[in-house]
Amino acid sequence: MNDRSVINSAAKTFYMSAGAVNVPIVFRGPNGASAGVAAQHSQCFAAWYAHCPGLKVVSPYDTEDARGLLKSAIRDPDPVVVLENELMYGVAFPVDEKVTDVDFLVPLGKAKIMRPGKDITIVAHSKAVETALLSAAELAKKGIEAEVINLRSIRPLDMQTIFTSVRKTHHLITVENGWPQHGVGAEICARFMEDPAFFELDAPVWRCCGVDVPMPYAKTLELNALPREPDVTAAALKVLGKK
Amino acid sequence: MLSGVQRSYSAGVKRVDDRYAFPGARDASFVNSLKLTMPEDYAPIPIYRVMDRDGYVLNEQEDPQLSQEVVEKMFRDMLLLSTMDKILYESQRQGRISFYMTNFGEEASHIGSAAALEMRDVIYGQYREAGVLVWRGFRIDQFVDQCYGNDDDLGRGKQMPVHYGSKELNFVTISSPLSTQIPQAVGAAYALKRKPNNDACVVCYFGEGAASEGDAHAAFNFAATLECPVIFFCRNNGFAISTPSNEQYRGDGIAGRGPMGYGIATVRVDGTDVFAVYNAMKRAREYVLRENKPVVLEALAYRVSHHSTSDDSTAYRSAEEIEMWNTLEHPISKLKSYMVHKGWFNEKEETEFVSGVRKQVLKQIAISEKKLKPNWREMFEGVYADMPKHLLEQQRELEQHVEAHKQHYPLKSFKQ
Repeated sequence: MNDRSVINSAAKTFYMSAGAVNVPIVFRGPNGASAGVAAQHSQCFAAWYAHCPGLKVVSPYDTEDARGLLKSAIRDPDPVVVLENELMYGVAFPVDEKVTDVDFLVPLGKAKIMRPGKDITIVAHSKAVETALLSAAELAKKGIEAEVINLRSIRPLDMQTIFTSVRKTHHLITVENGWPQHGVGAEICARFMEDPAFFELDAPVWRCCGVDVPMPYAKTLELNALPREPDVTAAALKVLGKK
Repeated sequence: MLSGVQRSYSAGVKRVDDRYAFPGARDASFVNSLKLTMPEDYAPIPIYRVMDRDGYVLNEQEDPQLSQEVVEKMFRDMLLLSTMDKILYESQRQGRISFYMTNFGEEASHIGSAAALEMRDVIYGQYREAGVLVWRGFRIDQFVDQCYGNDDDLGRGKQMPVHYGSKELNFVTISSPLSTQIPQAVGAAYALKRKPNNDACVVCYFGEGAASEGDAHAAFNFAATLECPVIFFCRNNGFAISTPSNEQYRGDGIAGRGPMGYGIATVRVDGTDVFAVYNAMKRAREYVLRENKPVVLEALAYRVSHHSTSDDSTAYRSAEEIEMWNTLEHPISKLKSYMVHKGWFNEKEETEFVSGVRKQVLKQIAISEKKLKPNWREMFEGVYADMPKHLLEQQRELEQHVEAHKQHYPLKSFKQ
């Protein structure tokens, strides 16, 4: 698949045919950094695809997300890009009985609060949700209650859930494994600038992203090129003005 | 070890001489002297034709024996296309529309191929296949309304001129980035094949320049390996904008890639001979539906037109060359000669027909350019099946803005 198929054809055909040709297609595949496969097999396409009107983009974190989002994507009349994380394929999560139902769906464009909290909001998607949850656990030891939001969908982006959370916590950091420039976190920051929710912020928003380099091959460098729990925890403490 | 091999390759173990065959080339023989296989070792695929330049059938058995009525429709559709092209081209030159592409010199490829198909066959065009639409019944008003992007344009003014599409005529809306249509056509053919009792195929038109795109190669290979009922109709008109075909490829055209390159049945025809195109297309259609396999059909012609209104081809080819293809080797004059020999040609009727089409197109332009443009609110529609909230909000914002400042906008030219 290339930009011609996904962007120039799938995303635009419904519009350019004035509704004559709809494209109910799902593009699914591994996305983000894998392990030990270096620069050309380790990158996040969430921001790339989410840039394009006509596409919907989802990025599941756990089992419930993976099943529910994929089923919703298949049932959706528009082209949907499902960005799965290769490293999560083998990770098992406990699920509710309802998740196994044939009609279990996770709505597109709706984020999920993974852990409620009142002090700071941490927004993440895909594998970075794991990092955010680890950080929230660490922060809890310091008496800080972080609210962790799993975006699930990158486009449409559920800003309402984030705004509502920030009205409560007044602090925000974003975590993603993609690069910083024009990334998912950058978009969230921009949306705050355009919304009255901006005035709810007590401190600037902080983005935790992948380092702005192609993925190194060396294992230790690779590990440190993506946000880790201590990075997110340090960012949270900084935003909260704590040592 | 051996049993493992047998499990892996469904065709089983094959022996060539005293050796087991390599899975990658099971039918190849062994030789004991080293030799490079050269392009010259293969004779070019021959060009099938029915008529000579003067419209005489060369081998009576190959005359498709079409009725006078059908041949007259072919001739008139070719004339209509050519006449309409001249006027719409001029209308771009006059600044009335932004862009146009003519089909001069390729009329026989369009009409001959379209005539051999059934309406249920799905067409994926490149952008220079207006004749296929003419044959299928797309009307002059529909062509002109599309080029003028007005409220009666089936495409709702969302595309450049000549990017036609018609669900009713099974003609998929044109996508101008080159060769995006080729893998899509293969996918559509694969879907048709999976339908019980399928009796429709897909025809994908493209130029010899588009065949250099990576998508074309991927599409050929998918069609061959997935065995899809698709006809790859290459309009080899000698030019990819300004790149002549001798700079476009080094092999035997596009046909040369079919049999050896991709294992696809192939035929090469004289694209200025409407009966050659018709016969080849008929045979190709029978084959793809009977075998559920693709066909490469290369129709050789000459692009008498400039590439588009954004091109002046006299910068890269001689006027004499164009003139030769526009007279001696022109598809319309060949069919006309055939009709003369048959006693089916009437000079007066032809002149009347052409002048009738001229009048109709000119009148239609006058009507189409006065028609209202589609409602400007439609700009936000068709991005998704359901309009997202942020677009709804922007649409409402625009409505309020336009309402407040309506004296500054040409609202009268838009449908309300």
